[in-house]
Formats: sequence, C-alpha cells, structure tokens
Amino acid sequence: MGFDVESYLTEQKNGEVILYYKGNIDSEVINHVLDTVEDKLIQVNEQAKLRKKVYNVLVESLQNLYHHVDKVPSDFEDQSAEKYGLLMVKKIENGYKIITGNFIRKENIEKLEERIKRINRSSQEEIKELYKFILNHQRITNKGGGGLGLVDIARKTGNKLGYQFKDYDNEHAFFYLDILVDNSE
Amino acid sequence: MEPIIIEGTAKTPSVRFDANTGIFEIKGRSIPENSVEFYKPIVEWLDKYKENPLSRTEVNIKLEYFNTSSSKCILDVFKKLEAIHKAKNEVQINWYYEEDDEDMLEAGEDYESIIRVPFKMIEISD
Repeated sequence: MGFDVESYLTEQKNGEVILYYKGNIDSEVINHVLDTVEDKLIQVNEQAKLRKKVYNVLVESLQNLYHHVDKVPSDFEDQSAEKYGLLMVKKIENGYKIITGNFIRKENIEKLEERIKRINRSSQEEIKELYKFILNHQRITNKGGGGLGLVDIARKTGNKLGYQFKDYDNEHAFFYLDILVDNSE
Repeated sequence: MEPIIIEGTAKTPSVRFDANTGIFEIKGRSIPENSVEFYKPIVEWLDKYKENPLSRTEVNIKLEYFNTSSSKCILDVFKKLEAIHKAKNEVQINWYYEEDDEDMLEAGEDYESIIRVPFKMIEISD
C-alpha cells in the first residue's frame, strides 16, 4: 500500500532547492531549519521584507506540523518519527515556495479542507478580520494558536493556499501544503 | 515588588518589567512552540502589579518576529494592561516596528483596535 510521499516534491523541477528535510519535526529541527534558511537568505542579500515573510511563514508551517500531524501509517518506511513531516524551501523567479507534507487521518480531512477553502475564498480584508476575530475570541490551546497559523500564512503572503490530499491507504492520506511567498502585494 | 527579568533566547524575547519605574519591555523574537508556558509568569506578575500599579506605566514592545501562538499570549498581557488603564492609571504601549515591516505595523494596529489602551506606533530606521 501507499506511495512515495516525496514524489510530489521531486516532480516539481522548477526553482532551486534551498532546503529539503524529511523526518521527525521536533523543536531542535525547527531551530535548525529556521537558522539555515535565514542564513541563506541573508547570504544572497534577499530584501528584508521578503526575508521576514519567508521566516514568518516557515515558523507557522513548521509549528503547524509540530502541533498537528497525525501518526505515520504502520507500513510506512520511517517508523522512528513521532511527528513525520516533509519540508522543501525553493527559490523561484519572483520569490520563494514553501511546501510541507504530512500524514493525515481521513476523518480529519474534511475539517482541514473546509478551513483552507474558507481562507481561499476570502478577500485580504476578510482574512484580516478573520485573523482578528480568532485572535480575540478563540482560547489558546496547548496545541498552539487555535487555528491562526493558516490564516496568518494567507494574510502575510497575500496568496491562495495551494494544497493536495493524496490517498495513502484506507485510513490515511498525505497532505501537501504549497505556499507561495512573493512580492505580489 | 521585584521586577521580572527574563533573558532572551533564539526563540523567546527578553523581558524586563520593573514595578519601581513603571517601564516594561519585551524585545526580540517570540516564536516558541509552547508560548503559554513562556508567558504564564509574566501574566501572573502583571496580576500582582495590577493590585498596586504606578500612576504611569509605559510598555515598550520591540518584537522582530512573533508566531501566532505568541500573538494570543501577547493579547493576554495587553488585557492585563487594559485593566490597569481602566482603573484610572495612565498606561501607554509603544509598538516598535522596523522600517518597511508593514506586517509588524499591521500586527500592532490589530492590537490597537482590540485593546483600549493608547498605542504609539514607532518606526525604527535601519
């Protein structure tokens, strides 16, 4: 059963890979990824505004993985990772792509997809209001920001969230989140 | 009342709240995985300060980055300050943002629209 979860990433040939990681997402990994990407963006003299947006989106997408991924299926090659995730950061023509991947149990797909669709059909102004509403009305949980992460990513990038659910087996799918960070605003 | 002083790390800001001067500061990056744990002692300290605050409290927020889980905790901090202000004490929040960092300016404006305390937006030029 299953498929090669990395194929979605390796099939996309455009752009230059700045960082690729697969495996357990823990606090140390997050630190390391953030430092590495920040250093590389400073090295190439990326403009501060875009650099900060990339950093912010990376923080939210990594912490989304950290707080929310479901357990890997029992036949998956990497059983050592408690929180298995994929992350690719790419430089493309006018900005950066941040792609994450993680397992999701099928019963959790609908809720996540509904949340993404709601964000994607909202205007920037509506997203800003949604952000403020969640900030002010939803209690924070041990899991993090109470659903602010995706809204924040959409707000900071000004772009729609790309995503895909790919069937893995009867119980699991693999979820890809495909974020464009550019200067489009 | 003893000040609360927390040294900054790569993921957490430096904090210096001094009840003798009424000058409070949060500075740096606030991107921990568990923000509630980090902000809890600060909120508790403010609960005590609130009982007997100075007539004027000035709060300097100089954040370079903060994650969404911190954003809720920062709101909790501001709600404590709002209560102090509501009890007829002067409170001012100075929200610093780097030149061209519109996201950080907008974040400050979000809080300004939620919290009934005077805010001042201050741009830091490079």
